[in-house]
Amino acid sequence: MDSALIPEGVKRCSFKKFAIWIGVLTIPTLWGIYAALLCWGKALNQTNLNDNFPFGFWIVADLGVIALGAGAFFTGFLRYILKIEELKNIVNFAVVIGVICYASALGILGIDVGQPLRGWFIFWHANVHSMLTEVAFCITCYFMVLCIEYVPLVLENRRIDAYRFFHFLSHRFHQAMPAIAAIGVFLSFFHQGSLGGVPGVLYGRPFAYRSGFLVWPWTFFLFILSAIACGPCFTLLITWITEKITRKQLVKKSVKETLAKIAGWLLASYIVLKIIDTIYWASSTAPRVGINFKSFYANQPYGIWVLITEVGILGIIPAIILITKQGRSNSALLILASFLNCAGIFMNRWIMTVQTLAVPVMPFDKFASYHPNWQEWATTLLPVWIGAMVISLSYRYLPIFPQERELNPA
Amino acid sequence: MFPFCFEWVNDAAHFVFMGSLYTVLGLVFVLLNYCGIRAFLDYLYEREVEDK
Repeated sequence: MDSALIPEGVKRCSFKKFAIWIGVLTIPTLWGIYAALLCWGKALNQTNLNDNFPFGFWIVADLGVIALGAGAFFTGFLRYILKIEELKNIVNFAVVIGVICYASALGILGIDVGQPLRGWFIFWHANVHSMLTEVAFCITCYFMVLCIEYVPLVLENRRIDAYRFFHFLSHRFHQAMPAIAAIGVFLSFFHQGSLGGVPGVLYGRPFAYRSGFLVWPWTFFLFILSAIACGPCFTLLITWITEKITRKQLVKKSVKETLAKIAGWLLASYIVLKIIDTIYWASSTAPRVGINFKSFYANQPYGIWVLITEVGILGIIPAIILITKQGRSNSALLILASFLNCAGIFMNRWIMTVQTLAVPVMPFDKFASYHPNWQEWATTLLPVWIGAMVISLSYRYLPIFPQERELNPA
Repeated sequence: MFPFCFEWVNDAAHFVFMGSLYTVLGLVFVLLNYCGIRAFLDYLYEREVEDK
């Protein structure tokens, strides 16, 4: 039925099977849309957010997906600026994942602000002293850049490419890609950093506060490094899931190992700096404001296990797997390390957001806990289902894996 | 926010923040137009682009 739209020389499942798959994904999508409508229609009292936790699961998910989406800008940087030619075989897919991640971040924020119709206020009445203003500017601009990077992929669809103008336009976009990638790197660098800067400058909350360099707290740099370390791993993880679902090898092992090696060294550097930062924070920054490091972890469930899990299990272990040749050449270990790395990022963002707000600041403050309710879960998972649909449609109709034909001869 | 708005203040923060935003938007606009115009000329003269 849709065979004229499918790229040449590759095999896809029947249209009926594909329609059923999209239909299955529509069910949880509708659940998410219903929850989003509840939040917009009846306001944020539909969630478990309160005065103690104005930032909750949505912001954690936002920071998480933005870090996972860093695979797009960083792979683009490696491919177009550093000219690592091998990565041309995965950069298209990284862009698709990036578009989904950033669209998700903007979508979640659209629900979180409560009144999305006033979203333009941040541009028109910009508070130029706020890191969040910078984040808003950069995320919106970078999403635009990602869409521009995605357009040539759409133009390469067999049917669209048959129109000569679109064929030429796609070529010209490809030629301009290094410049577009450079703009993307500039924007990503600043918003990834500023997202880290937001908790780092909270001097009223010693759990998050860090000293730093000029106006930037150390968390600014740690967030950039952690994002470029986990973004490529998320790309590898989604590639693996796509390969398992399609039962095909889509990218050569050597390409995956190159990306894994780069991510591994970045993760190792991040973990070393994170440990140094934690030691300095525990031994100098916190005591200087009269706080004992142990008191940060006195309230359950946020015991010391949180720090050990984040840095040890979800940081050191994947870093060791990824930087050793034996580790990353073993497919199962590579995927395990990628998963742990991505989980570590989410845990770090949870700690810097929710745990920061949970730790009592004043002597008379009581510990308040927070759990997202079903509306928050449904709306946060909404991008997962829509993302799966976008990946399915992109995989079916666009040539996003240049090595697919070679690896799966008809 | 534009420099002629009542909220605008002539300080470094406004120039850096808003200046960066408009620079990026301008660059993207120029790039899109460049690609569009070159593609249109290619289409007009049927020139095949080598590098892809």
